[in-house]
Amino acid sequence: MDIITTEFFQRALIGGVLIGITAPLMGLFLVLRRLSMIGDTLAHVSIAGVALGFLIGVYPVAVGLIFALAATFAIEKLRKAYKTYAELSIAIIMSGGVALASLLFTMGKGFNVSVSGYLFGSIYTLDTTDLVLIGVVTVVVLLSVGLHAKELFLLTFDEDAAAVSGLPTRFFNFMISVLTALVISVSIKIVGALLVSALLTIPAACSLVIARSFKQSVVTVVVIAELAVIAGLLSAGVWNLAPGGTIVMLLIVILLLLLSVRRRLNAG
Amino acid sequence: MLQKLQQDSKSLVCHRSIIELENVSFAYKQKPVINHVNFSVQERDFVGLIGSNGAGKTTLLRMIVGLLEPTSGSIKLFGEPIEQFRSWNLIGYVPQKNSFNPLFPATVREVVMSGLFSRNKLFRRVTKADSIKCEEALHAMKIEDLAGKRIGELSGGQQQRAFLARALINNPALLILDEPTVGIDSETQEGFFHLIKHMHQHHNITFLMVSHDMEMIRSYLGEQPKQEAGKIKFYVKHSHDLEDCVETNLTHSLRELRHSMERGKVGV
Ligand SMILES: Nc1ncnc2c1ncn2[C@@H]1O[C@H](COP(=O)(O)OP(=O)(O)OP(=O)(O)O)[C@@H](O)[C@H]1O
Ligand SMILES: [Mg+2]
Ligand SMILES: [Zn+2]
Repeated sequence: MDIITTEFFQRALIGGVLIGITAPLMGLFLVLRRLSMIGDTLAHVSIAGVALGFLIGVYPVAVGLIFALAATFAIEKLRKAYKTYAELSIAIIMSGGVALASLLFTMGKGFNVSVSGYLFGSIYTLDTTDLVLIGVVTVVVLLSVGLHAKELFLLTFDEDAAAVSGLPTRFFNFMISVLTALVISVSIKIVGALLVSALLTIPAACSLVIARSFKQSVVTVVVIAELAVIAGLLSAGVWNLAPGGTIVMLLIVILLLLLSVRRRLNAG
Repeated sequence: MLQKLQQDSKSLVCHRSIIELENVSFAYKQKPVINHVNFSVQERDFVGLIGSNGAGKTTLLRMIVGLLEPTSGSIKLFGEPIEQFRSWNLIGYVPQKNSFNPLFPATVREVVMSGLFSRNKLFRRVTKADSIKCEEALHAMKIEDLAGKRIGELSGGQQQRAFLARALINNPALLILDEPTVGIDSETQEGFFHLIKHMHQHHNITFLMVSHDMEMIRSYLGEQPKQEAGKIKFYVKHSHDLEDCVETNLTHSLRELRHSMERGKVGV
């Protein structure tokens, strides 16, 4: 139990609570637009950036962030080339990211240990710089989404209608991608690159089961993600488990519970 | 003298061009669909488009609302080239099919309200007046009882009315409807056409409507098409066949229409 009072654990907890707001929020927009794969892709590309950061001795989270942003530009470009096959461009970028990451890993064998923290997440690695960065990203996401909630709703519900209303749909699409890149690259230290997309998508999947209105779904995703993050980090700390894995398993349990409750309601 | 002036300005206003197509062509990849169409719609005209499946009616409408760019030729909206046109809130558009995810977490009220979100109001909050407009549009389309339901739970015809309410909420000057009564029972259809005609006769609204209902089109717009372009026939009722526009507040008078219909005063 002592671990919970330590400074590094409290840093992880604060960081986790902030990510628990922003990650499922961005995930909701991606899932509703049927772009849930983007989260996974950006995470994989971002891990290549992390590896490069270690290799050249630059703050890995920042390099990962730059890589994730570059990937969103590349996805936009490819999406225009393969208009109706958006998944194709996503798959290409994802494998490119993994390939690059594996090359960089093998070039710098010495840092394998610290890299595993980025793959699966760790509560021991978050330092004050990371926490400040997470805080800044949280503010940026909340401001952008808060100011444009109506427009983002219309865009996700009906892109044609949004375009006919004269909304700059390309700008908003791009905004969603950039914010997602920011959230993912600051989340991977806690949740892990391989698991971060679950924190984006599973709360949204839960909200599709229970939410009636868009407002409700926004509240639902944040509440569910916070439940899983806080409980996950606490049990990871107490029983020395991988935090990313614990959080994701909890999310899956919540989703299954909701599905079975709904089935029972529908049957009864 | 003053009266004369007013009359002049009125007839001036009442005869401005709402839509002008000049030599407009469109092709998907190599496949030409629209070939050199010239057509103009004046203020308060009612234009009905009839044509077999695949004739290109939807394609034509999508060009007019700016979702597709003509391969050649030019389009003007309210006298302005479409590239420079910014007053999209003047246009209400009900697309042929809405392919949203039936699980999408959005209530009917949220969907109708989203008709108010446009480019000019990017940072505006939702006001009390907006909510009142929304309730009036819901009431006019007789879906106020469904307002809190998830849009995916509605029947096809109820959804269609929700999308019509969304198009009406802005008090549009131009209503573009792509087969608005498909999937609606004949009784509701009759009421719907009554409503459309009423809106046309008493309000300053220009209509562009695609329909396969020859009977309705012919009975209201005349037996003979005014123009043919490829496989598309344009039936037109001109504004000068109508009395002066009297009412200005659309949703308010729709509410009155609804009450009088319920009391059985208005015949179809
Ligand atoms: N996205 C697309 N890509 C390629 N071809 C298309 C596309 N959309 C429509 N078409 C083709 O263009 C032609 C015109 O289609 P459009 O949807 O405009 O017809 P329509 O007159 O609205 O028909 P309907 O009465 O069935 O709604 C059709 O032959 C169709 O196959
Ligand atoms: Mg069509
Ligand atoms: Zn009226």
